[in-house]
Amino acid sequence: MDALDHETLVLLFGGLMGVAIMAYVLLDGYDLGVGVLLSRAGGRERDEMVNAIAPFWDANETWLVLGAGILLVAFPLAHGIILRELYLPVLVMLVGLILRGTAFELRVKSPPEHLEAWNTLFVVGSATAALAQGFMLGHFVAAFRDDLPAILFACLVAPCLVAGYMLLGAGWLLIKTEGELQRRAAAWGRKALWLTAGGIALVSIATPLVSPRIFERWFSLQMSSLMLVVPLLVAAGVLWLSRWLNEFDPVRDDSRAWVPLAVTVGLFLVSGAGLAYSAFPYLVIDRVTLWDAAATDETLRMILLGVAIVLPPIVLYSAFSYRIFRGKTTHLEES
Amino acid sequence: MDATILSRIQFAANISFHVIFPTVSIGLAWFLVYIRQMADREGGGVWDDSYRFWVKAFALTFAFGVVSGVTMSFQFGTNWPGFMQTVGAVAGPLLSYEVLSAFFLEATFLGIMLWGQSRVSPAVYRLSVWLVAGGTTLSLFWILVLNSWMHTPAGFELVDGKVVATDWLAIIFNPSMPYRTVHMLLASLLTAAFFVMGVSAYRLLQGHTGEDVRRSLKLGATMAALAMPLQILAGDAHGLNTHEHQPAKLAAMEGLWQTEKGVPMLLFAIPDEAQRTNHFEVPVPNLASLIVTHDLNGEIKGLNEFENAHPPVLPVFWGFRVMVGSGMLMLALSWAAVWFLRRRGELPQWLLRVLVPATFLGWVPTLAGWYVTEIGRQPFLVTGVLRTADAVSTLPAVTVGGSLLTYLALYAVLLVIYIATLFYMARSGGGHHGYTVSAGAAHPVAA
Repeated sequence: MDALDHETLVLLFGGLMGVAIMAYVLLDGYDLGVGVLLSRAGGRERDEMVNAIAPFWDANETWLVLGAGILLVAFPLAHGIILRELYLPVLVMLVGLILRGTAFELRVKSPPEHLEAWNTLFVVGSATAALAQGFMLGHFVAAFRDDLPAILFACLVAPCLVAGYMLLGAGWLLIKTEGELQRRAAAWGRKALWLTAGGIALVSIATPLVSPRIFERWFSLQMSSLMLVVPLLVAAGVLWLSRWLNEFDPVRDDSRAWVPLAVTVGLFLVSGAGLAYSAFPYLVIDRVTLWDAAATDETLRMILLGVAIVLPPIVLYSAFSYRIFRGKTTHLEES
Repeated sequence: MDATILSRIQFAANISFHVIFPTVSIGLAWFLVYIRQMADREGGGVWDDSYRFWVKAFALTFAFGVVSGVTMSFQFGTNWPGFMQTVGAVAGPLLSYEVLSAFFLEATFLGIMLWGQSRVSPAVYRLSVWLVAGGTTLSLFWILVLNSWMHTPAGFELVDGKVVATDWLAIIFNPSMPYRTVHMLLASLLTAAFFVMGVSAYRLLQGHTGEDVRRSLKLGATMAALAMPLQILAGDAHGLNTHEHQPAKLAAMEGLWQTEKGVPMLLFAIPDEAQRTNHFEVPVPNLASLIVTHDLNGEIKGLNEFENAHPPVLPVFWGFRVMVGSGMLMLALSWAAVWFLRRRGELPQWLLRVLVPATFLGWVPTLAGWYVTEIGRQPFLVTGVLRTADAVSTLPAVTVGGSLLTYLALYAVLLVIYIATLFYMARSGGGHHGYTVSAGAAHPVAA
């Protein structure tokens, strides 16, 4: 580990943070999405939907602590600036996460006549957390400017991320449920897909406009072919998925029910990569680079030692857990 | 009020609300390990019934710990940017080790513990219960390593005003770490023991007189009665450690202004910082010297030796007395319970009624002790290295005030709901299963 120079170390931690944030968005994204979708479902379906995320949501949320944790410990300077700019949305997000985490337990542990109220709070908490995260995304893309257009833009991005999470949630439900609920999940996914696509388009158009540097990077000669291909691919994927969801049949297509989630994950990965490419090497666009904000090499090496030892087992036992709960989980048995 | 004091109140409120849940759940996790082992040895039966109830109480408590813990993790940077900027070289790796080694472990295996019993073998299931308990304890270990280091920093040097780590073994095994960790682990076991005792007493009073409830009561009482004397020993050892490494905090705990030999213990006093003296003292001669130095005429340094660098005296002085007093009450209650159980095999009604409000008695000395040690470190955030006032964010006071009010309101409501739900579960035998699984039912049913 001593062989790693400053350049590589910082780059590595930038990558690690990106992976942790992306893991959080995809993992907690699907269970936040299921939380929001709960508003569309009826009584018994709600139990089945909650069962589909019950064994996972807690570990999923831990990726947020890791992502924010890496920002804190590896890039303390940027953490100070970013969390200061995002003080209010972070507060709102935390309130949302508190509401939904407690509602999740309380809906089956408090008196049955309160069940509906806790279901509602579960939906509200999930939606609040997702909206706050969407706002943060928009605010980050707008380089944390606080003029009216920038704030409006962040407000527009917010519901799009909620839709993205609903799409992930619908994809998850397709895998974990069956029958009528599965059919409904396909319909929910289709609606969420269009708003998600709108969000991707919105961010893609806005990003180059925020900074001339990003504009040049995207519209340079080397990038021009990619600039043509990627949007076309994304558009084709969206159209194809929309048709697929429209024609979904719970009996015929159950063995391929993982397809929408896989395509959605692909959309998120491409969007995430695009965003990272735009921002790089900045953590706060055009203000603070990874290298400006990084902790000392000794600190980074010490953290990396922990990551190298512990991350492989984490991946292994997470996979083990997903294997245990593979297949349909509509009738989960609680201990 | 300025942002510093608001940030401190917000951090204290967050950590107080957070710590009460892990304090229950870490100890309770080890109770569950024991109960699961017994149930598996028995092959179902009474211990299994007991397990099914406590695992639900654990799930509820754990969830409250998680949501308040996620909130905690954002507080370090938002309100105390100076902390990471100055001591990040030590705090960063320790915090990341906690997340990596403990949080994922406990969260993942909790899923198996709560939902996977019918999907894995009994051995794998038992292992999951062990790993959840191990994960919670590992998390306690890392956070107390960091906290202890803030009290008694070691293994570092200051370069341009910033901490550089030089010796990780010295950082991890800093002088107060072993004492603080053992003290907190025992606090958690005791809090969980009273939790188990109190809820079981409530269930008995409510007519749930099954063998599983009786066994739980006995288990809690035995654990509390055994752990309480150990806690007194651990507390005493921790006191000696504080005397050696943080004399200003110790002087505030004893309410001692002038350096003296043969210091009396003050059962009661009102410390007055303006006049630098105490009012209405009720002293017991030489006792403080005996406890702190294990010598009747031992010398203890007074607060006047640390002018402008000692903590506020009143909260530390009284926090310490609340901690010790409530600890003594716990000793008396647990020994009375064990005495009755051995003599008569059951508890008298009056003791059951006393134990119900004592369900959360463990929170009192835990929080009081926490305030003693944290306020006792002031004016420093890291003893001798970083002053609290130098670490605070430059956020406007109104922003911090707004978020503080939001948290306080939310926490007050959630605390009431947590306690009400726990006792509802105790009455109903662990909650219900949402909507019925039978087709077409529109109403939730109690199981």
